[in-house]
Order: sequence, then structure tokens, then C-alpha cells
Amino acid sequence: MESLKAQGVQTIFGYPGGSIMPVYDALYDYTRGEKKAFDHILVRHEQGAIHAAQGFARVSGAVGTVIVTSGPGVANTLTGVADAMIDSTPVVVIAGQVGVGVLGSDAFQELDLITVAQPICKWVYQIRRPEDIPWAVSKAYYLAKSGRPGPVVLDFPKNAQVSKCDYMPSTVNFVRSYIASPLPKDDAMREAAALLNSAQKPLALVGQGVELGGAQEELKTFLEKADIPAGRTMLGLSALPSNHPLNVGMLGMHGNLAPNLKQQEADVVIAIGMRFSDRVTGNLNTYLKQAKVIHLDIDNAEIDKNVKTDVAIVADCKEALPMLTALVHKADHKAWRDSFAPLNEREQSRVIEKAIHPQSGPLLMGEVVNAVAEATQGMGVTVTDVGQNQLFATRYSRYHTPRSIITSGGLGTMGYGLPAAIGATFAEKERPVCVFLGDGGLQMVIQELGTIMEYHCPVKIVLMNNNFLGNVRQWQNMFFQKRYAFTHMLNPDYAQICAGYGIAYERVTDRNDLPAAVERMLAAKGAYFLETVIMEEDDVMPMTPPGASVNDMMLEKEANNG
Amino acid sequence: MDKQLYTILIYSENVVGILNLVTAVFTRLQVNIESLNVSPSGIPNVHKYTVTIFSDDEQQVKKLVKQIEKKVDVIKADYYLDSEIFTSEVALFKISTPIVMAHPEISRLIRHTDSRMLEVNETYISVHVCSSSKIIIELYKALARFKCILQYTRSGCVAITRGKEEKVSAFLKEHQNAQLRFMEEGINNDEA
Repeated sequence: MESLKAQGVQTIFGYPGGSIMPVYDALYDYTRGEKKAFDHILVRHEQGAIHAAQGFARVSGAVGTVIVTSGPGVANTLTGVADAMIDSTPVVVIAGQVGVGVLGSDAFQELDLITVAQPICKWVYQIRRPEDIPWAVSKAYYLAKSGRPGPVVLDFPKNAQVSKCDYMPSTVNFVRSYIASPLPKDDAMREAAALLNSAQKPLALVGQGVELGGAQEELKTFLEKADIPAGRTMLGLSALPSNHPLNVGMLGMHGNLAPNLKQQEADVVIAIGMRFSDRVTGNLNTYLKQAKVIHLDIDNAEIDKNVKTDVAIVADCKEALPMLTALVHKADHKAWRDSFAPLNEREQSRVIEKAIHPQSGPLLMGEVVNAVAEATQGMGVTVTDVGQNQLFATRYSRYHTPRSIITSGGLGTMGYGLPAAIGATFAEKERPVCVFLGDGGLQMVIQELGTIMEYHCPVKIVLMNNNFLGNVRQWQNMFFQKRYAFTHMLNPDYAQICAGYGIAYERVTDRNDLPAAVERMLAAKGAYFLETVIMEEDDVMPMTPPGASVNDMMLEKEANNG
Repeated sequence: MDKQLYTILIYSENVVGILNLVTAVFTRLQVNIESLNVSPSGIPNVHKYTVTIFSDDEQQVKKLVKQIEKKVDVIKADYYLDSEIFTSEVALFKISTPIVMAHPEISRLIRHTDSRMLEVNETYISVHVCSSSKIIIELYKALARFKCILQYTRSGCVAITRGKEEKVSAFLKEHQNAQLRFMEEGINNDEA
């Protein structure tokens, strides 16, 4: 407990069980009375704990903390651990374990956690002796948040929980085998600046690294001086405000048309804190072949992993961007910037208008997201689940403040949204936290409504209910001859469910009622469940078909309009 | 393109489970390990791995090495071609004495390599060979033709680098110095 206090932990998401009972017994004292140091949030399933910790970490920048028991307890967190690994989210999972004496004997609730967790976390360590606790906990938090952040798992056998020793504080801020932030190399910086200074059509691809490094201002200064338009990845959406003149939209399979197509015209591309996910690059054989590529990332293993780089800068963007800004010339690329407009107009008229301002028919996801974005003026935190809800929510939300998008990017974890939004409300007290869910993802974690009920989490839940696993249905429609194998889904009566949990509920079917309903949701003091009844078979467009080149991004289904 | 032999040298902290962590990277990138040797290195508490692989894609080898080096407890990982390193390997052969007696050329083949007899009796001869992987494999193939091999095992390749630079020691020294500087700056800033 003292070790966690020393790390500045205040909020713990957890679920007790046999092998972690000594820790919970200590937590009893540390969550009340004179000794109170923590708030413990009892989730309803361990997967809820890890996703809540992820949401907490993503919105605050602090490390999320999870405490669970051994065996099934920690196994239930592993989806979230893998999610945090691929999305670079700092979390520490402290898991009970059977005593050292019975390890390897198939003891009750024993799981070989080290072996299972190793490939999906940044570091895993088994604390076998009480005297190792301060050191191991400090190292865990240091590793989780430094460098490229990620999940750390502490496997905590019961004997080490109950043995006694004096608390000797320990601070780890150096690990000899690990370089948290490599220093930018001067020659690479000069080469990068020379490329950018000679560029006629430069483009920046901005990712979550900018948010993780807290370098949003440094990014703006750099882009503005060199006059470089910037596309953002899904996880990097709030790294640059939506209304910034150099923001040219979202990259990726369902991103905006202009940055997807124009990156194939750019002469110099600088990727900043992004990892060239296959969802961004499409077919690598046709991707950025014409451009000189500069890749700035804190993780050396990302360099040349998917896209061959001409100049690599392995460094923290907070440090490297100002150095680069000093080296680049003030430039004006107006003609290049202006050339994005026709594509934007094409997408606006053929896709966006239809999605956010439909004139007839059932409600669409795009207009629901847009109504929330209009009401929050881009000042809220957008949390999403995974699927069509995520793609519409990320496309049509607005992001005017840093750290305002929480979504499962790399792993694509359905069930992420609701608990992540719960976690976000413990870190974010000012901005409204709105989570966009589909009926599939909600039902994977619907038990977490209990957590909302118990802790009065002011989560604004926007269910976009189309009675389908919408994104899979869209693929079945487009690539599997409309054979809808098990994507139609029967839904429960959410009004009754919300009544059971004591959560304010409203259902909207008519678009004329939508703005007022959204206002009521945002004005409500606590949690609010807004069920929007969505057209069953709507598609999220534009789309780069799987395996296709980004050049072939489609505006409408069944036609190549690239 | 022909496959090339690469030798990967990895230095890690001596911690529980690290071998699993390292080999998992090969599995994930679908690279077959030809041989693997792990032993303490000359640096206290640091273990050294010598891994050999065949590959026709140097980019893939680079990627592999970077992903190994990314593991927190791995200090350094690099790959080498044969021209950049000294290598050695040990093989033990247990061969049938009657067959050797019947074919004197077997004895000549063995003596041709850097080898010594460990034990000779009427049933078998055990032979210790210390050489390169290539020569050991050639000897094995030659002996196999006589159907005289009762048992055969190889240690896996070990390697040290040519060149005057000691990458791992230099890395550790530089990294530790950088940290000391950082801490001193921190202290100075606090005082200011």
C-alpha cells in the first residue's frame, strides 16, 4: 500500500478473490479513515477493471492501476493487457498468485501468469519476497509510463503478501537494459530538416505518440512554421485540434478521402508518433512509394517495420519537435494545401452530408454523433466501442482539447467502450465523457452498468442500436455476398435494464427529437443512457477495402470513385 | 535468393523467463532457430545468447533483432555474418567400433578434423569434435554414409565478434553515464 502511495496512485479498479485477499485486507484500511489514500472501484468483471484503468490512463496521462486475483481473475484482464500493449497505454496490473511453495502444482486458481503475459505486456515480474515489493512496484510504474508506455503485470504470490518486513522506500528511474527516451541524433535531425526544406508537397502523419509525449503545442509550432498539412491517425485525433487550419482529417481505412489520397502525392512525408498500422497504410506495395519518408518515433522497433524510412529519428517527440522546428525554414505551401479542398468537397457532398444531415428514413449513426458533437462543441471526451459505432464516432466527433479520444485502435476490442468511459470519469471531472456504443459491444460488458450505478459515474452512454453487429454485417454485405452469418442480434428492453440499475434512460427514434434529447443527456447530473434507434443496414464510408491500396478508397459502395 | 546464415548475439539480464521472451519473437516472426546457446557472459549478471538462423531476407532479420532488443530486460541484440565473427561448435559422436574397424577411412575422416577420442571399447568409440558448424555437418554426413553413428549431438554455435569495439560494454557504460548526468542535472535544477 505504501509503495502504491509512493507512486501517487489514487484510484484503483479491482475485484477481490482468494489469492489477493491479504492485499484487499490492507486496502480496507487504506480506503477509509485516517489512513485513506485510495478510492477502490469495484467493477463487475475483471475485464471491466482493465478497460476502466485504460480509459483512466488515456484521459489523464497517469498510470491506471488494477488489482485482481489469480487464475481467472487475471486471465479476465488479459484482453485489456494486450489492448494496452498495442495501443501504448500505461497500466499496472497487480494480480494475486498462489504461494511460491505450491507454484507449479496446479493449485486452485493457479495460472502460469509469467508465461501467459510475457508476449502481451511491456514487463512482467513475480514478486516472491516482501522486501522486493517497493522496488518492483516502483519499477513497474516507471516502465509503464516511460518511453513508449505500456502495460506491466505484477504476479504477486500469496506468501509474499502475508510475510512481514519493514517498508524501505525505493525509487526506480533507471534500468540499465532499457533506454526510455533516446536522444535525437543531430545528423538525422539535419537530414530530416533538409528533406522538409526542399519539399514542395510535405505531409505530416500524426499519431498518438504526440499525445503520449504531451507534445501537442510543439507539434502545432512545427507544422505552422514549415506549413505542413497533417493527417491524424484514429488514436491521434486530438493531438491536433479539429479546427486547426493545417488539420486535413483522419487517416485510415474509414478516414477522410483527402489525407488518404494526398499522401500518395506528397513528396516528403513525416510520420510523428505513429506506427504505420495496416489500417492506415492499406496495401504496403503501393504505399508512399513516391515520397521520402521521415519517421519520428520513440520506439526503434517501429522504424522500417512496415514502411521503409529514409530518415529515422528515434526520440521523444516533445524533445525532437522543437529541435526540428529550429532547423526547418518558414515556408508557405498554399497551393499544396489548397489542393486538398476539392477532395474534401467531394467527400462532404457525397458522404458527410448524407451521413450527418439525412432528410428522411431512420436515424443514422453519423447524425447522432454529429448531434453530440454540436452540443459539446468539441469540448467533450469521445469514448467509443469497436465497430461502426467507433468509425462514425471518430469521424464525426470534434476534438478541440488534447486527450479527448479514447478508443481501442490496434486490438479492436469490443466491450472496451463502456468500462473505458467509466474509468475516464474518475480522471476527468470537467469535460463530459460521452461513450458511443453499438448493441453488440454494450452487451459484452453490460454488467458494468452496476459499476456506474454504485459509483454514480457520470457516463453519457449513447447506444446506437441497429440490431446488428454492424461492421461485420457491412463486410458480409460487401465481400461475402450479403450472407449475414450471425450478425443480426436480438436486443433486450434497455428501458427496463436501465430502470433496474437506476440509470436515467431515453429512447430516440425521430431525428427531430435528437438535439433536445442530447441536451437533456448532457444537462443531466449523473449517468444517462440515450438509446438511438438506428437504420439497420447503414454502411460506414468512405472505405479502403481490406488489402487494397489507399489509392482505391471508395466513397460509395460498389464503385471506385477514388 | 539463397538463404544466408546469420548469427544473432543477444545480451540480457539474468532474470526469470527471459529465454521464453526471446524465443517467442522468433516464433511470432516465423523464423526457425538453427541453434541456440545461452551462457553467462563476461559481464556480471549478464547472459549471452548465440542464435543462428538461415534467412533470405535481411530486413526480416533486422526487424527480428529490433523486436528482441525492445524487450525491457534485453540489453543488446545484433546480427552478424560469418565474416564478422569467430565461431565455434562442439559435436559428440558415438560410433560403432566394428564398423570403424571394417572401414579404415572412417578413422581418417575423423582425424582430419579437430577431434579427440574420449573412450574406445569393443562396442563404441566416442569422439569429441571442436570445429565450425560447416565442418561438423560435413563430417556427420560422411560418417552417416557408413551407418556407423550410434549417437550424435551438437552444442550449438558460440561466437565472439571481430573488431576492436565492445558494443555491449560501451552501451552499458554510455547509458549509465547518461543517467548519472541526468540525475546530476536533476539535482542541480532542484538546488537552483
